[in-house]
Amino acid sequence: MSNIRKHTLAVLVDNEAGVLSQVSRLISRKGYNIESLTVGTADNPETSRMTIEILADDDQIRLLSNQLRKLICVHSVKLLVPEESISRELLMIKVKVPDGNKRNEIIQFANIFRATIIDVSISTVTLAILGDVSKNAGFEKVISEFEVIELVRTGVISLERGINTIYDKTKEKGEFDYGKNVL
Amino acid sequence: MKLTGAEIVLECLLEQGVDTVFGYPGGTVLNIYDAMYKYDGKIKHILTSHEQGASHAADGYSRSTGKVGVCFATSGPGATNLTTGIATAYMDSSPVVFITCNVSENLIGKDSFQEVDIIGITMPITKCNYMVTKVDKLADTIRAAFAIAKSGRPGPVLIDIVKNVTAQKTEFTSIPKDQHYSEGTLGKIMKYASVDFSTPSPNVEDIDKLVDMIKASKKPLTICGGGVVRGRAQQEFTEFATKIDSPVAVTLMGAGGFKGRNPLTAGMIGMHGSQASNMACDGCDLLIAIGCRFSDRVALDTKSFARQAKIVHIDIDRSEINKNVKTDHHIVGDAKKVLAMLNERVTEQSHEEWKKYVFSFKTETEYDDIKDKLTPKQILNTIARIAPQDTIVSTDVGQHQMWAIQHFHFDYAGQLLTSGGFGTMGFGLGAAIGAKAGNPDKTVIHITGDGSFRMNCNELSTEQYYDIPVITFIFNNKTLGMVRQWQTLIYEKRYSETTLDRGPDFVALAEAYGLKGAHVTNVTELENAIKEALEWKHGYVIDCAINTDEMVRPMVNGGSPITDFVVR
Repeated sequence: MSNIRKHTLAVLVDNEAGVLSQVSRLISRKGYNIESLTVGTADNPETSRMTIEILADDDQIRLLSNQLRKLICVHSVKLLVPEESISRELLMIKVKVPDGNKRNEIIQFANIFRATIIDVSISTVTLAILGDVSKNAGFEKVISEFEVIELVRTGVISLERGINTIYDKTKEKGEFDYGKNVL
Repeated sequence: MKLTGAEIVLECLLEQGVDTVFGYPGGTVLNIYDAMYKYDGKIKHILTSHEQGASHAADGYSRSTGKVGVCFATSGPGATNLTTGIATAYMDSSPVVFITCNVSENLIGKDSFQEVDIIGITMPITKCNYMVTKVDKLADTIRAAFAIAKSGRPGPVLIDIVKNVTAQKTEFTSIPKDQHYSEGTLGKIMKYASVDFSTPSPNVEDIDKLVDMIKASKKPLTICGGGVVRGRAQQEFTEFATKIDSPVAVTLMGAGGFKGRNPLTAGMIGMHGSQASNMACDGCDLLIAIGCRFSDRVALDTKSFARQAKIVHIDIDRSEINKNVKTDHHIVGDAKKVLAMLNERVTEQSHEEWKKYVFSFKTETEYDDIKDKLTPKQILNTIARIAPQDTIVSTDVGQHQMWAIQHFHFDYAGQLLTSGGFGTMGFGLGAAIGAKAGNPDKTVIHITGDGSFRMNCNELSTEQYYDIPVITFIFNNKTLGMVRQWQTLIYEKRYSETTLDRGPDFVALAEAYGLKGAHVTNVTELENAIKEALEWKHGYVIDCAINTDEMVRPMVNGGSPITDFVVR
């Protein structure tokens, strides 16, 4: 149990009603908590792709992957290794600004982090930042020194580096890391 | 040919070779029931007293015949009444297609009369479920449902059809069953699935590794699990166990997968397992578990389970591997295929000394005979002596279930129908009716307790109306025996709400339903009652009076090491 860490699963599913609920309910009834889940249409519009972040140990994540592969609506599940994949998350943060000085300070920090200003009003600035989890966390920490009144994040999306994709049918000896479990 | 949705449902059942369905009509499913007039004679519908009875009957039909069971129900309460039956089938991997109808599409989501989200409710207890809102998708969905229910690790599938679809017409062409996989939903699944629809083929290197492990083993034990029964791999399993000369421990769901009278049988394993099986499990150096999922009733304490052994797990479902018990080696594949490959490769072994050790322990519990009274053993031995050897036995859940499995010697897969995983009291009578409907030439008996029987005894009317002769044996101890046993052993004899000192008179009840029955208190009376029941050839209820404090022995507490018997 001590090896519990955050794992990222890429899950390719049917783009149909009820699929999100099937996947999320399976994860919760097996006793796991979803840290983050994003879903959107994949390159083939008949399918959707989910990126799910879950706290688990290595054995648990393997078990869960194989449970997910049993769902008929799931085409494939791939466990993404952090070193061999890239991930991004979009954050939008609305900050209250009492005066022009504060606004300038915020804009300076935004420039350093390459965040963009997407809305301004007399009393607020809204920023957007796209980055991996650590960059976004850094920005969030800095910006929390100001009066943050609202924050929203997309959740992480991930892809493997290089030529590898979720469509690869190759399998490792002994275990299948992607593809379907028994039907 | 233009057909209505309701007609398409029935055409699709014929395509699958279905001749018997169980169910209960209601407002939304009326169109299908109306269409059945036209198909009279081709599809027999058995109307039960309650949807739950229908669900268990379809399950019992499926378990005993190996075919897919079919069950109809209406929306709302009709559908929710199925859920216990669906969960029972799901936990024991039994292929059943449940067809419910929901309110019309324009009423969906409006809390309409008898509307319920049965898709949401049954999501965790079905292999998959479908809501059909377009008539042109109906045939395709039904074909997929049947294929999925039966394929791989079997299980229940639910189809919920909105009422207006059953009335709409569309073009329908019958397609032979073997061509279903090339188009529609199934065709799509075939494209992205990397495994065969029916049975995944095992990896040859994995097989070879096990062959070497068998060669190196001095004290092997084989577990026959429910996968051997569902995969009908009895012959291959017997050949395998004989060849490697290994004692066989049988799980509850595995009963019938290995002949109960085979000299290698060490008996049931687990909480109420035999001393031989449990001791063998503790002492073996190689444990080969086939089609068993190491449930908490078998691997009571996962840490000490088979503590001296290398554990090898053979299962069709990859998500079972390392789920409950950590294994040293595993083979993913269908039991029949894996065993056939193993049988080609293993050489004959001999383990006389090990067998001598294992069989020095009892493979069956010895209960005392009491003259002029009935003990569970006396009842079961009397039944076994008089009833035909191939009698199908269905049980409910509790002490009688354990006794039946300990004392009957099952010969073939599908002979025992019992709710192992879900432990559904009230399963037995429905299942027995389903089994008799699917096996009219066989004798079907129903072993139950007074608690279980009271739950769904309304199905006696189904038995009577369709003249489905089931012989029910009630192990009547006037208590919820299994719970009482726990109260005796663990709760210092505080018998909270388990005493059933109440009616009805079960024989009078049987007679009220138009059947016959007898109260019996000793072996002679029992013998006469069984003979009368067999001769009468209609439903019969035998109420057997047994001692209130009779226990199932041996017993190991949940979570304890498998050899820590609290009673022997």
